[in-house]
Amino acid sequence: MIWNPSKECMSRDEMHALQGRRLQKLVSYVYHNVPFYRNKMQQMDIAPDDIRSIDDIVKLPFTTKQDLRDNYPYGLQAAPQSEIVRVHASSGTTGNPTIVGYTRKDIAVWQEAMARALTAYGVKREDTFSVSYGYGLFTGGLGVHYGVENIGATVIPTSTGNTEKHVRLLRDLKITGIACTPSYALYLAETLEKMGLGKDDISLRVGAFGAEPWTENMRKEIEERLGLKGYNIYGLSEIVGPGVSYECCKQNGSHICEDHYYPEIINPETLEQLPYGQQGELVFTTLTKEGMPVLRYRTKDLCTLMDGECECGRKTVRMGRIMGRSDDMLIIRGINVFPSQVESVILEMPEIEPQYMLVVDRINNLDTLQIQVEVRRDFFSGDMGSMLAMKKRLSDKIKSVLSIGAEIKLMEPGSIERSQGKSKHVIDKRSL
Amino acid sequence: MKQLSVFLENKTGRINELAKTLGKAGINMMAFSMAETSDFGILRLIVSDVDKAVEVLRSNSFAVTVTEVVCISCPNEAGALSGVLEQLAKNDIFIEYMYAFSENDSANVVILPNNIEKCVATLKECNCGIKENF
Repeated sequence: MIWNPSKECMSRDEMHALQGRRLQKLVSYVYHNVPFYRNKMQQMDIAPDDIRSIDDIVKLPFTTKQDLRDNYPYGLQAAPQSEIVRVHASSGTTGNPTIVGYTRKDIAVWQEAMARALTAYGVKREDTFSVSYGYGLFTGGLGVHYGVENIGATVIPTSTGNTEKHVRLLRDLKITGIACTPSYALYLAETLEKMGLGKDDISLRVGAFGAEPWTENMRKEIEERLGLKGYNIYGLSEIVGPGVSYECCKQNGSHICEDHYYPEIINPETLEQLPYGQQGELVFTTLTKEGMPVLRYRTKDLCTLMDGECECGRKTVRMGRIMGRSDDMLIIRGINVFPSQVESVILEMPEIEPQYMLVVDRINNLDTLQIQVEVRRDFFSGDMGSMLAMKKRLSDKIKSVLSIGAEIKLMEPGSIERSQGKSKHVIDKRSL
Repeated sequence: MKQLSVFLENKTGRINELAKTLGKAGINMMAFSMAETSDFGILRLIVSDVDKAVEVLRSNSFAVTVTEVVCISCPNEAGALSGVLEQLAKNDIFIEYMYAFSENDSANVVILPNNIEKCVATLKECNCGIKENF
């Protein structure tokens, strides 16, 4: 099933024409409403009239997460506050979070994107669907929630936590679909089995998994243990949230809602646009957004774009699996973690050396984070109690900055490897 | 008496590295005890030459510090230690940690009391031996 064939199956020429018209309108809109973009365009000596087709997008300036932070809270908002009906914020915890305001129309487009995704997964109005992403400032919960309502299925807003109760609801309400992070899906499978139940005791048929990187092996394991078919869902809060792209039954890349979120792949070093098929950094322009539109937002996600009609009938561009990041961001249990956040905590503590190593692993399907730090020689008192208190203090600070817990490992001074040149702060043992 | 406290990571061979460093410098270890947690330990040791030991350990990048402790010396016979500890308890002296080793007829017990001066005074009052050095 295809939710909106008129867009999802539109011919390439028609799609390009539509994107071109929408881009022209968008550029004129941000030029007149967002001083940040007007200044950038004036510096580059381009005016809205210079944008005549979608191919002219390469003339436009990029937007980065730092730009969003620098313009905190509402500097990039294009619509007046009276038009904003909802605000989401990213999990950025050092410096300013990124604030994204949505107009009524933005929410409607998001619901449309999510409806396309859910329909591609085979979810219908007869389904009962559990949304197990966090509800709140994070876009995951409410984003999927509105999509499920839009297609008319029954939404069960389970959110995260209380997994045993969740398993009981899965069984008793005969829930057929679920959206959550892939690692939570595995945790759910574990809980199900611990409660003496199995996939035959529940009715799950469809799973929409995203918000963190996952592998084909994880997909197989989730599918086997929960008895469902698992689909990828992609999105990011700076663009809209989940629903930017989604897999279809062919599972050969994720279809992008490119009539609303225009994708490009660029070389992250030279910033040149790359042709389809080449790996580079994914960039999105929100063609129809009113609240906080972005021009050429650099996602830092590395992947490829594929064109050509998919066997499912959709003609929209597909993106391949995310192969990595062009910055050092880690995704741990669905939370974005930057090594610089850990560094800022460590620099505040005189008892430890300004050296650290993050060791990320996946044990029993859950991501683990170990932070290795060195005790400063002149702060070592020989007293066990003060060492343990210092460790606890560091652990508490890390937890409040990262929003996830980490195991702190105290090391001897000089024992963390110093590298020449660019220092290495992360060992990621997860095979993603 | 002066005790060395050394911070050690839980890593195979690390204690040997320390022993080797002291051995090469001709320093003898009279006694030691290890306090350990899941990721690190603190080795407490009594050595023949404190200043030299600190110097060689520091130059081999060990995190080492000197801690003042009290070494009780009592007869190496049943009930001897109990009598001493009773006096300490009566005088409200709390012991953070302790370890022991025997030398021929005398038993040596290293303790870290919460109040060193009061502890020494109490031991002197009850005529208990205190070892100052080796």
